[in-house]
Amino acid sequence: MSLIQLLPVGDAEPSWLGTLAPALTAEFGVRCEILTAKLDPRFSLHPERQQYLSTEILARMQAYLAPNSYRLLGITPLDLYIPILTFVYGEAQLDGPCAIVSTYRLRQEFFGLPPDEDLLQLRLLKEAVHELGHTLGLTHCQNYECPMAASHTVELIDLKGTKLCAGCRAQSLGKFHQ
Amino acid sequence: MSSKGNILIVDDELIVRDSLGRWFCDEGYEVGTAGSAREALNLVAQQPWDLALLDIKMPGTDGIELQRRLREIKPNLIVIIMTGYASVDTAVTALKNGAYDYVVKPFDPDEITHTVQNALSHRRAEQENVRLREAVAEVARPPELIGQSTAMKRVFEAIVTVGPTEATALITGESGTGKELVARAIHAASPRKYNRLVVIHCGALAETLLESELFGHEKGAFTGAQYRRKGSFETADGGSVFLDEIGDISLKTQTDLLRVLQEREITRVGGNQSIHVDFRCIAATNKSLEKLLEEGLFRPDLYYRLNVFRIELPPLRDRREDVPLLVEHFIRKFSGSMNKRVGSVSREAVDKLQHYGWPGNVRELENAVERAMVVAQEGELGEKDFSLTLASSESADQTLEEAERAHILRVVEACGGNQTQAATVLDIDRVTLHNKLKKYGWKRTPVESP
Repeated sequence: MSLIQLLPVGDAEPSWLGTLAPALTAEFGVRCEILTAKLDPRFSLHPERQQYLSTEILARMQAYLAPNSYRLLGITPLDLYIPILTFVYGEAQLDGPCAIVSTYRLRQEFFGLPPDEDLLQLRLLKEAVHELGHTLGLTHCQNYECPMAASHTVELIDLKGTKLCAGCRAQSLGKFHQ
Repeated sequence: MSSKGNILIVDDELIVRDSLGRWFCDEGYEVGTAGSAREALNLVAQQPWDLALLDIKMPGTDGIELQRRLREIKPNLIVIIMTGYASVDTAVTALKNGAYDYVVKPFDPDEITHTVQNALSHRRAEQENVRLREAVAEVARPPELIGQSTAMKRVFEAIVTVGPTEATALITGESGTGKELVARAIHAASPRKYNRLVVIHCGALAETLLESELFGHEKGAFTGAQYRRKGSFETADGGSVFLDEIGDISLKTQTDLLRVLQEREITRVGGNQSIHVDFRCIAATNKSLEKLLEEGLFRPDLYYRLNVFRIELPPLRDRREDVPLLVEHFIRKFSGSMNKRVGSVSREAVDKLQHYGWPGNVRELENAVERAMVVAQEGELGEKDFSLTLASSESADQTLEEAERAHILRVVEACGGNQTQAATVLDIDRVTLHNKLKKYGWKRTPVESP
């Protein structure tokens, strides 16, 4: 049976995962559960950049895959990077089982603005759908309203919706039920 | 999703190649990677790339040297230099060598995406610009200016000489010799070719209409002038104005035209404001301006303004060796539009056509070929297909002078240019024949007088 599992990486707020799970179930039509285990990401910290290497975290997440788990999504409040880029909002194994999303640069406080919990939850959902979409083999979508559109700024994330466009939906949903 | 472009990533670090490659793959690009300059040169030789991201510091051949080599073998390849340090010297060297930009590692995701997108957009705009220029040049090229005769070679040389200059050109020649085509060729050979060539047939317009056509008019300037309208000199803006049949304009318009040519300023009809205009003037006439000068019908000062560089177009009867080429050209032209499989013309027909007087010049020949194509069966145009044309020299729609000229020329040509023999056939005095031939502008052609 298809199952999406959510894994806290670092000190992820339980409320984020609690809100995210039913929303992902609604979007993908499969059960979503929150793991009680937690991944400590300190092994991936770059001391100079003070950022965490998402590729290494993804590799370490493989150990948390249960036999009945279909996709494993890590949620972290930490700032992620890959060596060639200054930061990433998340990373996924294309057509693979694991993905991770960071809330670090989705928060309004990052830009010196007052906190906005609802906006953060909304951005997190969009990025979670985006990274899970990559694990289902989806690449970036040209439709800027689709969560699979490439977005390198929060302004672009805010333009996107939470529901996959018809094309991306058709390509991805069958995979959960194969 | 179709590819947004082909990107080659050259870096000795595997992690950079992998992560950057995956990043651009996700963005919808086709990506190739090379770990060294040698590998990159091999890949560039094997397939086309739109853009190369080169790391500066690599063992062996570095990014700057690789960029130099790539520039030699693929000058159109966009190069963006990647560097670990924001070194001004390195950046300046890269940019001097023709790099589009340089980026500092690690890249801001938004910045690297935009840099690559902008570079590719810039290149596509350049390529489109080249294609459009070629298309415009192709359209602007007058395809019917054809001839290998000495007279036409002189015309082609004159076009090449005067085309790129700003000099006013005066084209003279009988009706149907192709004066407008020469004007178009001059315009096409000039730096103004990407702007308009505005053609005015001066003889076709009444004096007041011509003024309005040339200089434009203000609203209410005359009955029916409901709107302000720009004239030809304003419309040409950066292009050329071709004044055909310049010998037909009135003395009043000549005065106005002289002012435009001297001052490069016009005043719209009904207006009082001087407007600067930027154009190159090409004029043509089938009349003798010298004769009009003598008769006081043409202003000398305008004549000297126009007669800066003169091109005289020979009548077709003075370049008979071009007739076969022109016939072939017109057959090709009409074969397409008429959907007829006529590929050639018989030797006998060509012979007849070459000996015809062609008072209407190339335009008449074009009409004759078109008419022959209409009546012809598929295959080859024969003498009988041109019977209407060749008979028309004796038809009832000619003036006495035209019929006389055509007949005299036909007889002289039939006698191989021997005037004594031709005078005998025509039953006229040899001196009379000589005078008439002089009047009709007949010249011995090299073919006929070896």
